[in-house]
Amino acid sequence: MTFSNKNIGRRGLIKGGVALGAGLAAPTFFHSRSLAAGDGGYLNAPQGKSVTLGFNVPQTGPYADEGADELRAYKLAVKHLNGEGDGGMLNTMMIKSPGDSDPEVMFARIDADGNGNLSKEEFTKAMSMKGMSGTALKGNGILGKKVEYVTGDTQTKSDAARASAKSMIEKDGAIMITGGSSSGVAVAVQGLCQDAGVIFMAGLTHSNDTTGKDKKANGFRHFFNGFMSGAALAPVLEKMYGKDRRAYHLTADYTWGWTQQASIQNATEDKGWETVNNVLTPLATTDFSSYVAPVVNSGADILVLNHYGGNMVNSLTSAVQFGLREKEVNGKNFEIVVPLYSRLMAQGAGENVKGIFGSTNWHWSLSDEGSKAFVQSFGKEYGFPPSQAAHTCYVQTLLYADAVERAGTFNPCGVVEALEGLEFDGMGNGPTLYRAEDHQCFKDVLVVKGKENPESKFDVLEVVEVTPRAQVEYAPDHEMFAGGELGECNPGA
Amino acid sequence: MDLDAILLQVLNGLDKGSAYALIALGLTLIFGTLGVVNFAHGALFMVGAFCAVSLERLLTISQISIDESKTDFLGNPLEVETPYIEMWFGEAIGQGIIDWSVPLAILLTIPVMLIIGIAMERGLIKHFYKRPHADQILVTFGLAIVIGEIIKASFGATENPVAAPAALARVTDVGALVGADTINVTYPSWRLIYMAFAAVVIGAIFAFLQFTTFGMVVRAGMADRETVGLLGIDIDRRFTIMFAIAAVVAGLAGVMYVPIKPPSYELGMQFLVISFVVVVVGGMGSLPGAVAAGFLLGLLEAFASTEWAKDIIPGIDQIIIYVVAIIILLTRPRGLMGRKGVMEE
Repeated sequence: MTFSNKNIGRRGLIKGGVALGAGLAAPTFFHSRSLAAGDGGYLNAPQGKSVTLGFNVPQTGPYADEGADELRAYKLAVKHLNGEGDGGMLNTMMIKSPGDSDPEVMFARIDADGNGNLSKEEFTKAMSMKGMSGTALKGNGILGKKVEYVTGDTQTKSDAARASAKSMIEKDGAIMITGGSSSGVAVAVQGLCQDAGVIFMAGLTHSNDTTGKDKKANGFRHFFNGFMSGAALAPVLEKMYGKDRRAYHLTADYTWGWTQQASIQNATEDKGWETVNNVLTPLATTDFSSYVAPVVNSGADILVLNHYGGNMVNSLTSAVQFGLREKEVNGKNFEIVVPLYSRLMAQGAGENVKGIFGSTNWHWSLSDEGSKAFVQSFGKEYGFPPSQAAHTCYVQTLLYADAVERAGTFNPCGVVEALEGLEFDGMGNGPTLYRAEDHQCFKDVLVVKGKENPESKFDVLEVVEVTPRAQVEYAPDHEMFAGGELGECNPGA
Repeated sequence: MDLDAILLQVLNGLDKGSAYALIALGLTLIFGTLGVVNFAHGALFMVGAFCAVSLERLLTISQISIDESKTDFLGNPLEVETPYIEMWFGEAIGQGIIDWSVPLAILLTIPVMLIIGIAMERGLIKHFYKRPHADQILVTFGLAIVIGEIIKASFGATENPVAAPAALARVTDVGALVGADTINVTYPSWRLIYMAFAAVVIGAIFAFLQFTTFGMVVRAGMADRETVGLLGIDIDRRFTIMFAIAAVVAGLAGVMYVPIKPPSYELGMQFLVISFVVVVVGGMGSLPGAVAAGFLLGLLEAFASTEWAKDIIPGIDQIIIYVVAIIILLTRPRGLMGRKGVMEE
C-alpha cells in the first residue's frame, strides 16, 4: 500500500488500516453522553460565554516566590487556552484515552482539517504520534467558553487555603481549583473540593499521602512523590557512593517529611545502606546546628536532609558549615543528599548545593519538544525560565481543559472519567499515565545535582539521569500508599 | 552523652545565646531608657542582615557583555556579567572584596542603623511615649510587619545567601584552639567569630554605660528621668541616641548572622518572640539580666534539641523556652534580675 500526495478515501483507509491498527487505538470522546447532555446537574455549571478556574497558590508566606511562579504559569495556560500567544504545549501535547476503538472517532482525531480525507501529512503525523493524537483543544477556550480565572492565597496554611478555595467555589463560581506548594495544603484542599463537588488539580505536592491514604476521586496529581524520589535516587546514590553506607536522616516533622523519609530509607536499605538514625525536626526550626552537630560523631557517612524550602536552606547551610562535606568517615568521603530539590529554593542555599544529589519533577534544561515549547513561551513572557512548580501547574491546567473538551462537559464526573487512565506525551516528562486507581501520574523522574559551574543564576541544577517511568512505578495497594479510598466522584449538585 | 557531645552543645548554646543576648540587650536599652516596648526590634536585626545582602549586591553590580559562543535558555547569545569592581581593581582583588562582603558590611550597617534608629524614634516612637504599652506594642508590631513586607518586595520571599569569607568558612579544631588534646570537637569558624564579636559588642556597651559621662547620664536617666531633667540635662536627646545605639547593636547582630542563616523577610519575626522571652526571663529593664538570660536560653535550647533530652521528654525542643519562662515567672515574677517597679505601676 503506497501513499502519494493524493488524498485517500477514509473508508478505504479504515478497511485497510492495518498500518495504523492497534497503534491508533486512540483518544476518544467521553462516552457517558448522558453526562454531556444538558450541562446541568453539577455545581457551578458555566452559564454564560465564559468559565472560571480557581488558582489557589501561596501569594504570601515562605513559599510566595514559588506561588508567584505558579501563577505566572496559570496565566500563560489561560492565554494559550484562549488562543493567545504561541500556544506553548498545546502544540506538542499528545493524548490517548483508554478503551476507545471507534473508527469514526479515531479518524476524526487524525483528520486535522476535518475534510473527511486523510492527506499524506496527516497520516505521517499520525504515525509519528505512536497511536496518540493532538489535544482536543482548539484555542477557543474550553468547550468554546472563554477561560477566566480568580486567584486565592493559600499562605501555605491549610485553613487559609481551604477558606480561599471555598470562597472561589462559592462566590466566584470556580469550576476547578488548582495550585499549592505544600502537601499539607494539597490534602486539605483536595478534601474540600471532594466534598464541594469540584475538580482539584494539585500543584506542587510530594507526600505519598496525597494520592495514598488521602486520595480522592475529584483530586488529581501530576507531580511525583516521595516513593518515586526514593526509587529514582537510590540506584544513582549506590552507583556514586557505593553499597556500604551509613545514613543519618534529619526529617521535617509533618506528613511530607515522614513519607519521604520512609521512602528514601526503604529504597536505600534495599541497596545495602544502613540507617543510623532519623531525627525529626520541628517545622519552625531556623537554626539546625543542634541537630547537625551530633551527626559529626555519629559514625554516619551520609546525611539525608528530608527538608524543603527554608528548612532545606537552613539545614544544608548548617551541615556545610559544620564541615561535613570535608569530613572522611569510615574511610569514605562524607556526603549530603537532598531528596527533593526545588530550583527556586536551591538558589536560596547558594554555593552550598554544589555537587549535592537530589530529585526533581522537571527542569527547564530538558530538550524534549514539550519542555522546549513551554520554556520558550514562559521565557519570552517573563524573561526567565519556569520552575518545576510552574511546569506542573501549567500541565495540570492543560490536562484539565483537554479532559473537559473530550468529555464534552464540565461535569466533574465526566472530567474524572476522561482523566482516569489517560496516557499523554509531549508535556515534558515523556509518556505519562494518569493512573485510574489513585489519580497519580506515572512518568520519568529526574535525578539532579547542584551544578559546579553555573552559567547564570537559574543554572543551579544539572540533570544527572532521567530515571525511566518503569523504575518508579508501584502497585496501587503498595503499603506506603495503603489506607483511604478514592471514593465516588462528586458533581456537587 | 560524652564530654565532646556536651561541649558541642555548649558551643551551640553560646552561639544561639550570642544572637539572643545582642537583640535582648538592645530591647532592654530601649525599654530602660524610653520605656517603650519595641516589637520592631527583630525587624531591626533583619535590616542589619539585609545590609550584608545589599552590600554584596552593590559590589556585584556588573557590566553585561555578550558571549556569542554560548546561548542562554531561550537560545539567544549568553549575557556574561562581570562585576565592575573586578574590572576596576583586577579580578583577584575584586573577588577578594566581594568575598569579604559580610565583614565589610559592618561599615555600612553602623551608619544605616544609626539613621534608621534616629528616624524611627523621632518620626514614630516619640509620639507614643505617654501612650499605654498596648499602643506601643501595636504600633511597633505594625512597623515590624511593614519592614518585613518591604524586605519581601525588594528581596523576594526566599532566602538570600551571602557566604562568609572563604578563609573563615571552615571548621576550627576546638581542642587545638584551647590546647587540650583530649577534646575532639570541631566547630564552624564563623560561629566562633560570631561569639567573640558578640562578646566585644556586649562589653563595649557595658563599658560605654559604665565609664563615660554620657553613659552615666543615661544610667541616671534610666533610674530617675524626671530628676535628671530637672538638673537641666537634655535627657530626651540622649535617649534618642540610645535608641539609635540599640538599633545599631541589633543591626550588627544581624549582619554577622548572615553566613549562619541566609536571611529572608521572616527573620525578624523568628527572632522577635524569643527575644521578648529572653527579656522577660532576664527581668524587664535589666541589662545584665538580658545578657544572662540570652545565653541561658540559648544553652537550654541547644540541649533540649539533643536526642538524649528528647528521649526523656518527647517534643521538649519545641517548648523548652516557654516552659522555662513560665517556671521563672512563677518563682521570680520580676525575672532573673528584674528591678522592682518596672512595668508594675
